Amino acid sequence: MINLEVPRKMTTLVDQARQAAMAFLRPNSRKYDQAEHTYPEELDTLAALLDGLSASGGGAGAGGVRRSSRGSKSGVVNGANLSLTLGTMEMCWGDAGLLLAMPRQGLGNAAIASVGDDDQVARYKGKWAAMAITEPDTGSDSGAIRTTATRDGDHYVLNGEKIFVTSGERADCVVVWATLDRAQGKAAIKSFVVDRDTPGFELVRLEHKLGIRASDTAHFRLDNVRVPASNLLGSPEIKPDQGFAGVMQTFDNTRPLVAAMACGIARAALEETRRLLTEAGVEIDYDRPATTQPAAAATFLELEADYEASYLLTLQAAWMADNGKPNSLQASYAKAKSGRSATDITLRCVELCGTIGYGEHELLEKWSRDAKIMDIFEGTQQIQQLIIARRLLGKTSAELK
Amino acid sequence: MGVLNRVAGSKLVARLGVKAPVDRALYHATRTGFTAANRTFAATKKLTKPSRLPSAGDSGVFDLTPTEEQRMIAETVREFAAEQVRPAAAAADDKCTPPPDLLRTAASLGITLVGVPESLDGVATERSTVTNVLVAEALAHGDLGLAVACLAPAAVSNALVLWGNETQQATYLPAFTGDDVPAAALAIAEPMPLFDPMSLRTKAYRTPGGFTLTGEKSLVPLASSAELFVVAADLEGRGPALFVIESSTAGLSVDPEPAMGLRAAATGRLALSRVSVPESALLGSTESYVDCVRLSRLAWCALAVGTGAAVLEYVTGYVNDRVAFGEPVSHRQGVAFKVADIGTELDGMRLLTYRAASRAEQGKPYAREVALARKLCAAKGMAIGSDGVQLLGGHGFVKEHPVERWYRDLRAIGLMEGAVLV
Repeated sequence: MINLEVPRKMTTLVDQARQAAMAFLRPNSRKYDQAEHTYPEELDTLAALLDGLSASGGGAGAGGVRRSSRGSKSGVVNGANLSLTLGTMEMCWGDAGLLLAMPRQGLGNAAIASVGDDDQVARYKGKWAAMAITEPDTGSDSGAIRTTATRDGDHYVLNGEKIFVTSGERADCVVVWATLDRAQGKAAIKSFVVDRDTPGFELVRLEHKLGIRASDTAHFRLDNVRVPASNLLGSPEIKPDQGFAGVMQTFDNTRPLVAAMACGIARAALEETRRLLTEAGVEIDYDRPATTQPAAAATFLELEADYEASYLLTLQAAWMADNGKPNSLQASYAKAKSGRSATDITLRCVELCGTIGYGEHELLEKWSRDAKIMDIFEGTQQIQQLIIARRLLGKTSAELK
Repeated sequence: MGVLNRVAGSKLVARLGVKAPVDRALYHATRTGFTAANRTFAATKKLTKPSRLPSAGDSGVFDLTPTEEQRMIAETVREFAAEQVRPAAAAADDKCTPPPDLLRTAASLGITLVGVPESLDGVATERSTVTNVLVAEALAHGDLGLAVACLAPAAVSNALVLWGNETQQATYLPAFTGDDVPAAALAIAEPMPLFDPMSLRTKAYRTPGGFTLTGEKSLVPLASSAELFVVAADLEGRGPALFVIESSTAGLSVDPEPAMGLRAAATGRLALSRVSVPESALLGSTESYVDCVRLSRLAWCALAVGTGAAVLEYVTGYVNDRVAFGEPVSHRQGVAFKVADIGTELDGMRLLTYRAASRAEQGKPYAREVALARKLCAAKGMAIGSDGVQLLGGHGFVKEHPVERWYRDLRAIGLMEGAVLV
């Protein structure tokens, strides 16, 4: 039965996430935007709380992206993907940078949960895992990475350079993408869990950024970094037909999460803008045609409609993951729509609110800086368009480049 | 099972598929009066109270799966749209009139019955705005103008089910559940810029025996063949209300009003000149009128989704086949990314429409959701229509391909009020 409301059993979780965002994230939002690279210690309490929730099975933990198979009476699953998505939206309504800086909730945790075996999942339980894919010369073209992994007895030896590693310095370990054999292309790319204190794993610097400044972005050099062979996630074999699909599969689960982050920021900006417009005497009427309302109200309706589409596309992708339906297309729909909408919404909210929106007394200008990354990481807008177009048109990556 | 039985039977009817040529000159001649041989609407049995459909249940589960019944209904209508509607669309657009056989087949599919309660000889057991949305979407996949023509009578019967009193339901609904469903139309829009359905120029005044109505209604589907209208008018300056008016009533006249698109719906302008109607003509309240406007806008959203999907399918095939500079044009990002955006926005339009519909049928507040669905479907639906032509280049501009018609039809989404209702 078609119903697009927050599931009844998740309303408490959403409410709790909202309260946590209000109590822990919003009040510290500006503080860590200004104090870039300072560890937000207020997060420790919240992280402990989230760990507790995850342990009890009801929380928004990064372990939640593992595909579940339990069905309800109707056979329809509202599971971990949906609850994690809803929780992420609320937290990013609070502050996206702080959520990204949340201990033990890294993208690496999601990767381990999604493609790691039971032993690896157990071994890294309770650890904070960051993710390292991008290199100085390789961004969206992750099939072209140059970091190498060479087998040496019970170990792999990693050499190369990684940039844009979220929470890379603060995390306990980093999931590093490297190739076993550059000549064999994408199929030879594997991911390895590297502990932060491994010799040769050197922090080069932390980036200074446009937004999400509460979240650190690290640049690493790997100089003969030895990791145990058992730290390779997934199969060590190079299977030309499906090797890369394994690591790329993570994206089907993580893209809706980034879309959810974008939705959270966009909603924060819309709520604040609506409050300010109402104070200024502009009412938004849902029944009168937009053409007969003030331009600000008409603009607001347009932005809110884009937000609503982002929100529902994101829930759709998560719901499909929960129900074991292939969702690559819908995950990219969600990411593409939410990424571009969040940027547009937050920037136009700043415009609507004038100097109040632009100034640092309010958070609107910050949200418009934070939002931009949502249209970039986990696959840029253009990468999502490529994925969507290839699917709709039935084209390979060789045909539609 | 009523619908399915009828569906099984009507498939045979559909296969006969007789096309009746209609004289275009007949449509363009300005006339007063109506082509329809008007029937007499009269209650054959008395109802003691109006029959209302209960709200649909709230499962409490996020779910995008239609029920088995909805899936079968939508599939049947989609088949009808593909086999009967799409092939008839270009000629109907050209002639500014729907093939009468097509409307009869649509009626025999049970399009009006889906919203009428079992107690009034329909097949519905609870409100199903979602089912109505799925039907509209499937029909518009065939053709938007013909979908409006097919759905116009259901707008009137749905309004009677939702807001009619026992006398109105007993008098008018039997015709809509019988074998010969009358042409009928819901008339809200008025010919003026910045039209707002909440402040109407058409006025209704109380008289000793009922009301007198004066005003003008724009883009009324099936206007000249309709036997029954539901007309929106401002009631003595106290806000809008709906009135049930039989087309034989003195003072009503119709002029053809062909437009840029929706031509297959045989749109006309309805003039009301001191039209006297009895007390019993007043349908519902101001509150129900607001619901009527919202549910009508929602129907237009569903139509946009169906036509948008038709555009996506059509251009996908075209850009893959069309070769330029030695390879299919779909191998170029400038082309492929437009297709990607059509797919993305269309899926968003669909989800917004479904959410508003599911809230409406569950009796939850849905004003916000309808407003946002309308805003998105108007903007993105039109963009899809425009890109549909653009992607075919010069070929999109000529009538050899349907995209120019969809371009014209999709312009209606953001501005139309009334005519259809889910």
